[in-house]
Order: sequence, then C-alpha cells, then structure tokens
Amino acid sequence: MKYIDEFQDPELARRLLDDIHATVTRPWALMEVCGGQTHSIIRHGIDQLLPKEVELIHGPGCPVCVTPLEVIDKALEIASRPGVIFCSFGDMLRVPGTGRDLFQVRSEGGDVRVVYSPLDALRIAQQNPDREVVFFGIGFETTAPPNAMTVHQARRLGVTNFSMLVSHVRVPPAIEAIMSSPSCRVQGFLAAGHVCSVMGVGEYPELAERFRVPIVVTGFEPLDILEGVRRAVRQLERGEHTVDNAYARAVRPEGNPAARAMLEDVFEVTDRAWRGIGVIPDSGWRLAPKYRDHDAEHRFSVEGIQTREPAECRSGEVLQGLLKPHECEAFGTLCTPRNPLGATMVSSEGACAAYYLYRRLDITNAAREATPVV
Amino acid sequence: MSDTTDLRGPALDVEAWTCPAPLRDRPRVVMGHGGGGALSAELVQQIFAPAFGGEVLAQMGDAAALTLGGARLAFSTDSFVVRPLFFPGGSIGDLAVNGTVNDLAMSGARAAYLSCGFILEEGVELDVVSRVAEALGAAARTAGVEVATGDTKVVEAGHGDGIFINTAGIGLIPPGVDLRPGRVVAGDVVIVSGAIGVHGVAIMSVREGLEFGVEIESDCAALGGLVDAMLAVTPDLHVLRDPTRGGLAAALNEIAAASGAGVVVRERDVPVPAAVANACAILGLDPMYVANEGKLVAFVPREHADAVLEAMRAHPLGADSVIIGEAVAEHPGLVVARTGLGGTRVVDLPLGEQLPRIC
Repeated sequence: MKYIDEFQDPELARRLLDDIHATVTRPWALMEVCGGQTHSIIRHGIDQLLPKEVELIHGPGCPVCVTPLEVIDKALEIASRPGVIFCSFGDMLRVPGTGRDLFQVRSEGGDVRVVYSPLDALRIAQQNPDREVVFFGIGFETTAPPNAMTVHQARRLGVTNFSMLVSHVRVPPAIEAIMSSPSCRVQGFLAAGHVCSVMGVGEYPELAERFRVPIVVTGFEPLDILEGVRRAVRQLERGEHTVDNAYARAVRPEGNPAARAMLEDVFEVTDRAWRGIGVIPDSGWRLAPKYRDHDAEHRFSVEGIQTREPAECRSGEVLQGLLKPHECEAFGTLCTPRNPLGATMVSSEGACAAYYLYRRLDITNAAREATPVV
Repeated sequence: MSDTTDLRGPALDVEAWTCPAPLRDRPRVVMGHGGGGALSAELVQQIFAPAFGGEVLAQMGDAAALTLGGARLAFSTDSFVVRPLFFPGGSIGDLAVNGTVNDLAMSGARAAYLSCGFILEEGVELDVVSRVAEALGAAARTAGVEVATGDTKVVEAGHGDGIFINTAGIGLIPPGVDLRPGRVVAGDVVIVSGAIGVHGVAIMSVREGLEFGVEIESDCAALGGLVDAMLAVTPDLHVLRDPTRGGLAAALNEIAAASGAGVVVRERDVPVPAAVANACAILGLDPMYVANEGKLVAFVPREHADAVLEAMRAHPLGADSVIIGEAVAEHPGLVVARTGLGGTRVVDLPLGEQLPRIC
C-alpha cells in the first residue's frame, strides 16, 4: 500500500530520529494514550530507536483492556441466554470475564457472532425478528459515533429486538485522572488521532494548561508517532505546554460535528469504571433515557453480577503508566497470551500483549511459552 | 466490584488495583483449537499424540515419512471445512486436492494417490455437490494425482456446513531427499515462493462480505512441480513448509521450535501485495499470520540458495520467489523480524485465530 509505505519510510524516519536525538538534553516521560499507538511503537521497534532519555509510557487507551470486568460478565450472561444473538467486534471474544470468555459461551451453545460494524448487528436483528439481538458497544470516542448511529437507526426503523450493551469511555477525563495521581510521572501526552478526528481538540487546552503538559495529537503510522514525539520533546525542552496537532491530515480542530451531534443525541455522559483503574468521574457514555428501550442492561436486567479478579495481576498499574509490562512478576510466567491474568495481555492492543509478542528477546524474566509443533 | 477505586477520593490506591480473572481451563473446544496456532498444537500434544502413540506420529511433520517394503513413502491427511464452498480463485474441491498434495510435497514426495471422503449435509443441492466434485477431479488431474478410493456420509440438516471433505494422500520420497526441521542449521537461507496472505484475504472478502476495492483471488495451487524443480537443483534442501493456517509466522515458528534454530526475517523483504496489505490494515491483521494455499517456505543451505532461487523463479508457481531471511544461532527457537525502521520484534506463534480489532 503506497500510502502506508510512505508513512513507514526508513529514510524519513531516520531524519526524524536524528532531530529527536539532537533536541533531547534531559530525560522525558511521554504517554501515548492509544493502544493502537502502543502496538505500532512496539511492532516497528520505535522505542528501541529513540534516545534513551525519551521514555514512552503506555496509557490506558486499549478499549478492550479497560472495559470493566463487570460489563464483560454482563455480556457473558446475556450471550448465554436462549434466544439471544450476541454480536461483537472480534477482539472482545477472547477477553476473560470471571472464569470464561465469549468464545467459551459460544462453545457452550451461545449464539455469539463476530461483526465488522454495528450496522451488521442491526441487519441481523431485522433478519431475525423472533430473536433478541444485542451488540456489545465498547470503545473510545472513535467507535462511539457509529454505535450511536446504529441505535438511532434502530429506533427510526422500529427494530424493537435490537439493543446495545454500552460501555463507552472518554479520553480527556482519563488524562485528568492520570495527571491527578500523586504517583504520576507523565510529562507529555501523545493524544489519540482517531479520537480527535471525532471530538476535535477543544477538550485539551485546559488540560495542557492546568497540568502544564504538552499534548500532541498524533497518528498511528511510524512516522506519525516519531513526529508526535519530536514535537512533544521540542516543547518540553523549551518549557512549553501547548496543544499541537501533528495529525492535521485527519484531525480538524472542531472534529466531526455530525458525529458529535449523533453522540449528544444518543448518549449521555456518566461516571465509568475502567478495568484495573477504577471509577473515573464523567469518563463514560451510556444511552440517554429516550433510548432506554435499546439499552441491553435495562432489557435483560443483569444485576447482582459478582466479579472476581486475580490478586497477581498488576495491569492497573500498567494502564496508569506506573509499571512497564515486563516489570510485573507474573509477566511471561504466570501471565501469557495463552493464560492471561489481565485484559492487557489479551487484547492485541494491550501493552502486556505487545511486549510479550514483540519484546521477549530483550526481556530476561519472560520465559518462552511452550509452543509444541503440529 | 474490586476494581472500582473512586478517583474522587484523596488519592489513588495503587495497591488496590487488580485485573481480570485467569482463563486457564477450557472445558470445551473453541474455534482457536482449529486455528493452526498454539491452541491447535496443545490439542495434538495433550490429547491426540498421547492417545495414539507411535514413532512415526512423533515426527509431527505435515506428512509422515514411512518405510514400507523398502520404499520411502510420504503419507498425509487433511480435512476441509471452508466456507463458502466456492471463492475467488478456487473451491473446496481444489483445496481438498492441493492441501494434501502440498503436505506430501513438503516432504519431497510427489503425490501418487488420494482418498476422498465427502460428508454431506442433508439438503445441500446435488448441483453443488457435482460442481465441487468436478473441481476436485480437475485439480487432481492438474496435480498429476489419482483419486483411488473414497467414502460418502450424510449428516442431518443443521449438523454440517453443506460439504466437508477429507482427503488422504500417498507418494514416494525420492532417494537422497531428507526434509525435516532437524536438518536446519545456522546460515540456512529462508526463501518464500511468492506473495503471502492472498488466500486468507480472498476467503475473508467473500465470507465476511468485505470489499477491499480490488478482487483478490486465492493462490490455491498444487506445489509438487515447484518442489520437483527445486530438488532437481539439489536434493539437499533442509526443510519445506506450506504456510497455510497461521500463515508464514506459524510455519517459521514451527520450524524454529522443532529445529532449535533461531530465524531472522527482514520484514521489508516479505512480499505482501498491496491489496493484502490494505485489507490487513483495515482489519488490524498482520499479513504474516494470514493463510496461504499455494506458497512454500524453504530452508536451503547457503551454497545452494542462488541456484534454488533461480530454479524457483523459472517455475510459474515460484516466479516471485524471494529470500526473506536466514537461520541463526542466536535466540534458538524464536523467530525475529527486523522491522523496516531498523528495530526488531519477535514474531510469535499465533494463539488461535486472528481476530479483527475494534478500531
């Protein structure tokens, strides 16, 4: 793909790296908020090429990782019910709830289907009027607009057998929570480009000013990330803390007004628990009261869920940037993609999985999982 | 909930943060057990191999190498459950021949005879059965193999997926040919016979109703002729593998793990067609893990590499052959990619199936 290739050009990358090396005079800790950026950083070895003074801290930006256990358990409960077709994006199927995952529900007879768009789930509902069709609506501001539009469509079309289990989260309150933590050592942020392409950058100047951190809106290809790091480091070295859009080809300052209008119509802001972190005020969306008929939590009355978490898992600290995945005692031994203790090891965008998949060569305490040959 | 420390309190209590429950026991089969990755391997290692025993099975090759009446035989079986039955570039009938023929070819044998078992679901149209059978017969003729025996079973409606096919094949291993991971040594050159990820993306495009702007046809093909051309240059190939389920990453990992060698791949040399790269970028998949049906990976002694590469490129199924890396003494059992930017990463054995990511 020519377009993508251009954003992976080794020569241009070298020039950006040279510039970063020439700019840095002191240690700096930057957090990339988005799991897609984490994945790209590790997959392309960007962290190995940066000056040792620039530390990249992996933030809580993997939507799969931060979906609370309680919500996963609600999904498992609903998906297990007779007459339900439970639709989800693929990478949610392997995330463990309390003792099982959606793959396991399917192996026990549950009708769990992978879809590529929430509109596919709506179509399944139209084709199966005698079944209850539920879509698992998770993710950040990136996936929320199409999910909102689908609920809006369901009501407009009168599809009464369609509902959504909603656990959407918002980035700015998470940044605020991270910066408010006394143990926080993040000095600058690479903000998630996809999120800003929807929401714009209006939520960031106040955060940058209050916490005196540069926030650079950054894309996902290797050159995007290097450019984001370059701009963040330049600001830090100069003692600046402004919002800078390094992803202007996709992000307009006002974002996408149509998508934002859809979000405002269908959702309302709510406090939301982040898996491994805790409740962050105003950090999530739930369906607005007028769409209650399409709220799966309401329709299926999944109450009294008892969750159980293993004590060994420290992914909360990883999600907060307080611990690198390989610094966890369980990393690569008790906890591997085959036997994950936490969602950060399950999701392909999770920091622990990225380290396990791509960085075992450099990490001494990560025993290689037995992978016998077929 | 134990993970809901309220941030409105005075300070975060790091010690209180915990995360998800372990998923160590899977009491039932999940789709990943058939994905050609770590879960498939565990199924074989923990259930089938202990139950069956036997020295030949312990070789764990794509085909078993047998000695019978003085002849060295290769023997292999494979089952085909692909959906849809017909896809751009082929059908389940082509796959049922080529899959088994290629498993034999990877041991150096030219397939001679196939068995063919059809499991039909009640209600499937006879016209569809006929078209699949004709495709299977045509593929066998192209591959130069004879369907010598067969079987048919019918299951009740709802208990199958239209048509399942099992084939088994048998062929002779030429004298002097000894293909197995144990022969891989540091310095061996790794060659791939052409573009990767094509079959998997072609199947996804029709099965999931996804359109990627360009029609992508499966690379489904029988590789016996290509292997013959390589062996004609030298019988001293060390190992061959067709990177089907689990893709190039699984094939390289299997060889690394079984040989104890390390493998280094130069990522920018791995041939990924633009259409496959686009599709994978959209879905969040890695082309290295996407299935192929008409490609092979060869570990060749360095002194023969140029001649073998030339012979491969002279064959229609190997025209785009390219060297992608080498076997090394460092990091035994691991496959490592040198990234385009100059970093390194481990290329792991996939767990089960690849899952398209959320965004």
